[in-house]
Amino acid sequence: MAPTLAVFKLASCDGCQLTLLDCEDELLALAGEVEIAHFLEASSAVAPGPYDLSLVEGSVTTAADAERVRAIRAASRHLVTIGACATAGGIQALRNFADVDEYRRVVYAHPEYVETLATSTPVSAHVDVDFELRGCPIDKRQLIEVITAFLVGRKPDIPDHSVCFECKRRGTVCVTVAHGTPCLGPVTHAGCGALCPAYHRGCFGCFGPSGSVNLPALIPLLRRDSLDEDDVERFLHTFNAAAFEKVEKVEKVEKELAT
Amino acid sequence: MTATAAPAVLDRDGLNALVAALVAQGRTVIGPTVRDGAVGLAELASADELPYGWGVELDAGRYRLVRREDGAAFAHSAGPQSWKSYLHPSRERLWSADRTSEAEIAYTAHEPEAPSYAFLGVRPCDLRAIAIQDRVLTGGRYADDGYGKRRRTALLIAAECTEPGATCFCVSTGGGPSADPGYDLALTEIVDEEGHRFLVRVGSDEGAELLERTPHRTADPVTQQTARAAVDAARDRMGRALPPVDLRSLMGASLDAERWDDVAARCLTCGNCTMVCPTCFCTTTEEITDLTGDHTERWQRWDSCFDLDFSYLHGGPVRSSARSRYRQWLTHKLSTWHDQFGTTGCVGCGRCVTWCPAGIDITEEVAALDAERAALGTETD
Repeated sequence: MAPTLAVFKLASCDGCQLTLLDCEDELLALAGEVEIAHFLEASSAVAPGPYDLSLVEGSVTTAADAERVRAIRAASRHLVTIGACATAGGIQALRNFADVDEYRRVVYAHPEYVETLATSTPVSAHVDVDFELRGCPIDKRQLIEVITAFLVGRKPDIPDHSVCFECKRRGTVCVTVAHGTPCLGPVTHAGCGALCPAYHRGCFGCFGPSGSVNLPALIPLLRRDSLDEDDVERFLHTFNAAAFEKVEKVEKVEKELAT
Repeated sequence: MTATAAPAVLDRDGLNALVAALVAQGRTVIGPTVRDGAVGLAELASADELPYGWGVELDAGRYRLVRREDGAAFAHSAGPQSWKSYLHPSRERLWSADRTSEAEIAYTAHEPEAPSYAFLGVRPCDLRAIAIQDRVLTGGRYADDGYGKRRRTALLIAAECTEPGATCFCVSTGGGPSADPGYDLALTEIVDEEGHRFLVRVGSDEGAELLERTPHRTADPVTQQTARAAVDAARDRMGRALPPVDLRSLMGASLDAERWDDVAARCLTCGNCTMVCPTCFCTTTEEITDLTGDHTERWQRWDSCFDLDFSYLHGGPVRSSARSRYRQWLTHKLSTWHDQFGTTGCVGCGRCVTWCPAGIDITEEVAALDAERAALGTETD
């Protein structure tokens, strides 16, 4: 019997699970290899678990979702989180640095109708995760690679290094060195194929921190390239704000320990 | 060698004719051209695409194109890529395998892609870098077939250096602005009141034949002297220098230096230095399977000692700190390279200095290591 694939969604925009539907050339081959048992964006026909591979999009922002993600984990042999929301808390994790009650009062006419947690957290903060696929949205080629790897039981070939590797491999001229453009490429996880620099834009970090980040070395360069303190904060506070914040905290602790 | 082995002179039309002859031969001509705000390497359809009138302003972590009044084509320093992008490409398929039945697998070795390259405008530092990669990738037990095939058929037209950049330091690595043997033709560009012209020296029979088919005149003594003087003058205008010490013993004595912590605090471990380095050759292999699991391919791709996965053994990376990775890169480049391949791994092209976003300068780091060793020596005396 074919292995079963399920797709679940927590707090998110649907863009990452849409990437699966976007795999037009591979969809038939995929449907030939797996039974798509639960994928509400594609079909209302739902088969009960357990599932061999569950893809989970979105972050945990409500008590109900915190419960639900535990149930998903319990029903899944392998659980892979997809996208910046599921792996880092997403743009909605900006609430982690603010007063959620104040947000609720300012935004909603009836704040009492809104039940939400004070933080937006990645799935890995709640349950064990077998693999985290980064990106906002995820890269379609990488998604197929991860599914393929889990189907045959091998490690996905998803490098942890910086976007700079991808720029250099495709021969893109460095936008920071040659144009003075602020770029998060040196601290950002590869995976997009260095899309933005290829169009003369600085990387804005939508794949989150790479496996080897040195923010204290990068921030002076962003300042040199004309970002002021607020700009730098905004630059790092997007889809992966919580992940970059976490790296900053770890770096601070390491520095304190060293001195 | 034929009669045309004597130095010759080409004007701009002559250079156009040379490139046209190469294209007519079916060569893929690669040379410098302006692209995305830099003088990069790309396939040229004609010599008109050379960066006539463009120079560069360089510093650590900074590269800017600037206009040149003299209209020179080869008065720019080493750019964002090196020739390894063509000889040792960033990604190459090695073989594939298909499951033909339950018990059988058919392997297919892939013939390396080897266009008949002609490289135009190879700077003397890069000529030395190619010679270094030749030793690494075609010598010894583990020859890289693809590299060897591309290299054997590639025609090299050097452009001697008359305009070193602010990040250049080839002289202090034992090189210099004149082209060492290994080229098929070597050009020296001259722009003066006598006009815009290129002195051509012949380095191989193939170069001689090519020159013979190109309209040229025999080099006059004045042009030869002017060319020599321009290259000699370049020798004294290097923007940077490695300290004049035995780098192998310096690296050996510096394994525990405090300077590695200092540089690690600035290093982004982004891998840019290794990717732009014309001698860095490290690769990894990736295995690709398709969804059915019946087809698999092995690809080789550039890797870097700054990548954590590069030194990953069971349980974790051997070189997890930035300190250990920068140290690995520098000590290999300047010291253990000698043990492995008999030469230094650095040609002083300055790319790692220019293209490091953080502006880490190898010459400054080596000088600091040297100063630290000297200070320690004084303490223990």
